[in-house]
Amino acid sequence: MSFLQGIAASSGIAIAKAYRLVEPDLTFEKKTVENAEAEVARFDAAIAQSKTELEAIRDNARENLGADKAAIFEAHLLVLSDPELLSPIQDKVKSENVNAEVALKETADMFITMFESMDNEYMRERAADIRDVTKRVLSHLLGVKIVNPSMISEEVIVVAEDLTPSDTAQLNRQFVKGFTTDIGGRTSHSAIMARSLEIPAVVGTKSATKDIQNGNLVIVDGLKGEVHINPTPELVEQYKKENEAFEAQKAEWAKLKNEKTYSQDGHHVELVANIGTPKDLEGVINNGGEGVGLYRTEFLYMGRDQLPTEEEQFESYKAVLEGLAGKPVVVRTLDIGGDKELPYLSLPKEMNPFLGFRAIRLCLEEKDLFRTQLRALLRASTYGNLKIMFPMIATLNEFRQAKAMLEEEKAKLISEGVAVSEDIEVGIMVEIPSTAVLADQFAKEVDFFSIGTNDLIQYTMAADRMNERVSYLYQPYSPSILRLVKMVIDAAHKEGKWTGMCGEMAGDETAIPLLLGLGLDEFSMSATSILKARAQIRHLSKSDMEKMAEQALQLPTTDEVVKIVKEAANLK
Amino acid sequence: MVEKQFKVIAETGIHARPATLLVQTASKFESEIQLEYKGKKVNLKSIMGVMSLGIGQGADITISAEGADEENALQSLAETMQKEGLTE
Repeated sequence: MSFLQGIAASSGIAIAKAYRLVEPDLTFEKKTVENAEAEVARFDAAIAQSKTELEAIRDNARENLGADKAAIFEAHLLVLSDPELLSPIQDKVKSENVNAEVALKETADMFITMFESMDNEYMRERAADIRDVTKRVLSHLLGVKIVNPSMISEEVIVVAEDLTPSDTAQLNRQFVKGFTTDIGGRTSHSAIMARSLEIPAVVGTKSATKDIQNGNLVIVDGLKGEVHINPTPELVEQYKKENEAFEAQKAEWAKLKNEKTYSQDGHHVELVANIGTPKDLEGVINNGGEGVGLYRTEFLYMGRDQLPTEEEQFESYKAVLEGLAGKPVVVRTLDIGGDKELPYLSLPKEMNPFLGFRAIRLCLEEKDLFRTQLRALLRASTYGNLKIMFPMIATLNEFRQAKAMLEEEKAKLISEGVAVSEDIEVGIMVEIPSTAVLADQFAKEVDFFSIGTNDLIQYTMAADRMNERVSYLYQPYSPSILRLVKMVIDAAHKEGKWTGMCGEMAGDETAIPLLLGLGLDEFSMSATSILKARAQIRHLSKSDMEKMAEQALQLPTTDEVVKIVKEAANLK
Repeated sequence: MVEKQFKVIAETGIHARPATLLVQTASKFESEIQLEYKGKKVNLKSIMGVMSLGIGQGADITISAEGADEENALQSLAETMQKEGLTE
């Protein structure tokens, strides 16, 4: 047996056989073939096998993941039937007497180059389809097994270098019990996804794909961030017990599902959830969320080839508002650009995407896109308790411009006879230090603040959160961050407004005592963290935490802050 | 040989789903079917051929068919174009 230490990305314990989501070796050599006809027949057979495989994957995807996810395989099937691709390959084998692998690779590369050089981003993306299909056919020619995550049909732990959104879209939630990756941190896509799917996960193990073979028994301990490979029966037994204890703990927390959140001394705070799609509502309700503190609308725009229409957006917003039956829903307008790309917008690559043309900066420029979203939101506003928030606000002018566009669309809708709610709160994300510092001025004009800690920390520390070498600078408990948070909360309260937080920090057991003490009003987190946080807050005294937080603000280093939090809040 | 001209009115032009459907429809017929745009002709049974044209909104295109079932093929393709909102 062996053991890997990684980062605990999603809590819980999973024990199952490993399934490696790793690219197979598809290297080959150039050969001269004697019998070209036989080689063409071998190629045709590989095409036929690939088609059969893809049809099965498509049908499976359609059933388990939905028609939109199956569409990509439909496109792959068409490429496999494309006479303009197949004939040149067959001809090449016959005229040059080369093996099918070479003919396939050279012909496909020609098409890939052609598509990649087109000036339309959508067309450039099609190169990826050809690459995918080529890999599949090559795997059949070479007799190696290609991974088909959508076809997993038994309980597994997925082992991968990293998981991309398209990998995860293909995974069947029913069978994936947990996963572990080589790279990534608590805020990487794979980690966020694991929490929303409520699957235990350990990321950033550095060598999971090297050390774990297909079929190895694996324990993923998402509480401690440990991965055990081929564990002893005793260890498996021990983990089964720990898992039972964890489940019992969860059952205990579940009793708080319908309770409001009060501190020991009777101070009320709101615990709400971060969501990405209407599908996440079930988790919010099951975990006793008092609303939604962050609805990330960019998922509506991603994984497709054109902008969502006003109608599509309206339906999604309405579904979320209705689903929460009057509980508050804070919708963040489109936060795209930078590292989150939309191929169909054809945005140029940037040197510093996190500091670049993204979020509200893009929306104020791409006015039609923004106005469509605002209209859809306004139309949905009568179906529940909608609050709108603009991301990446750096100056008051940006907020004023965005708000003015919202007011214009509102007036237009009303003049068209469309009902719009009268009391929509309009607030901003505070994730740029300039805005935190000037919070007293912002507080006069906005209805609320929501502090986005992942970005606020990265901008304050000047440390790219995707860069593992500077990940030590991700210090949510740093006195510098705490002072910024305090400035924002105090500024809001002075104007009778409220402040929420929707970064990872809001659900963190070490941060919660500090945030309670600093006076945070609303904590927005992964739905699965809510009950645990509620249980924790019930045992904390607000007035004690206030004193502790005051003291923390005057400390010089993160370590010293953590020390006094752990003492005051009774944490291990 | 039969042929017909179309003006593409769809905002996104001919790509993704509409392209897929056109190629699927064309592939059902025996006839040789070609799509012409800006003097460039491609096999309409080839998804990569169709995509490589990068046909956008407002494009004037010609579809031609030659073979035993040419009439039916053209008729079918015209219907698909209309149903997908590619043309009026």
